Amino acid sequence: MPLNRDFVGRRFVADAPFLVGREHIRQFAAAIQDNSPLSHDLEAAKAAGYVDLVAPPTFLTAVALWRPVVPVRDPQLGLDYSLVVHVEQRYSLRRPVIAGDELVVSATIADIRQAGRNELLISEYEFVTTGGELVATARTALASRGTAA
Amino acid sequence: MPAIIDYDDVEVGTRIPEREFRIRREDLVRYCGASGDFNVIHWNERAARDVGLPGVIAHGMYTMATAARLVTDWAGDPGSVVDYSVRFSSPVPVPDDDTGATLVASGVVEKKLEDNQVVVNLTVRFDGSKVLLASRATVQLA
Repeated sequence: MPLNRDFVGRRFVADAPFLVGREHIRQFAAAIQDNSPLSHDLEAAKAAGYVDLVAPPTFLTAVALWRPVVPVRDPQLGLDYSLVVHVEQRYSLRRPVIAGDELVVSATIADIRQAGRNELLISEYEFVTTGGELVATARTALASRGTAA
Repeated sequence: MPAIIDYDDVEVGTRIPEREFRIRREDLVRYCGASGDFNVIHWNERAARDVGLPGVIAHGMYTMATAARLVTDWAGDPGSVVDYSVRFSSPVPVPDDDTGATLVASGVVEKKLEDNQVVVNLTVRFDGSKVLLASRATVQLA
């Protein structure tokens, strides 16, 4: 079943900010086997000029997944999540994500289009502090396999 | 910020030496918890085979994160990446053994920008095939 094009242009905002935790940064860095002292050792991060631990660049994935905003399971959208493959990802960071950041996640469905037998669902994310500072943007392309009309 | 590599010492064509990165099942389980991506194909062999995969596969984002380590370790700062994009081209199966899967990653500087930034083109292979396409990171150097 094709995806519902009426969702193109809709914007979704998380109902609560995401507090970036020091231990979460350590756990995420450990999971990707990133041993940088700046992500694990507070003194090292401060010596390097940061106010707290520094998140690896793809930590924003955890922010977006633990505070999901794109309604991928809304029956109205018509996405069968078992057919979904992640095909493209981009992160643009104005500055690194630092422990203690409170980030409000929002996303706009930028496009739904056919690509061969598949459909592409393109979402554009913003990560803004509760103080209104834009920290990062992201673009995610998911393929819905075999659902093109 | 404390990058190890100095912008003036980098030219177009400067290479980031090839490194091997090993991914085991345990790493995927840790990543499920840390990232919040609990898709069964990343930890459940039976469920992965049911949807036609050869077995449990790594999260695409795990591969993307691994390639970023090549760059952030080189620059000496996980906060040095200002832009990073990839296309995922093929899955990385992670067998249920002590060896896991081995990614081979390398990079080359393809552009020098203003403000001490460089664009690094990343190559990540598994079993001889590229698993990321158009993988580029813009990196802030000292």
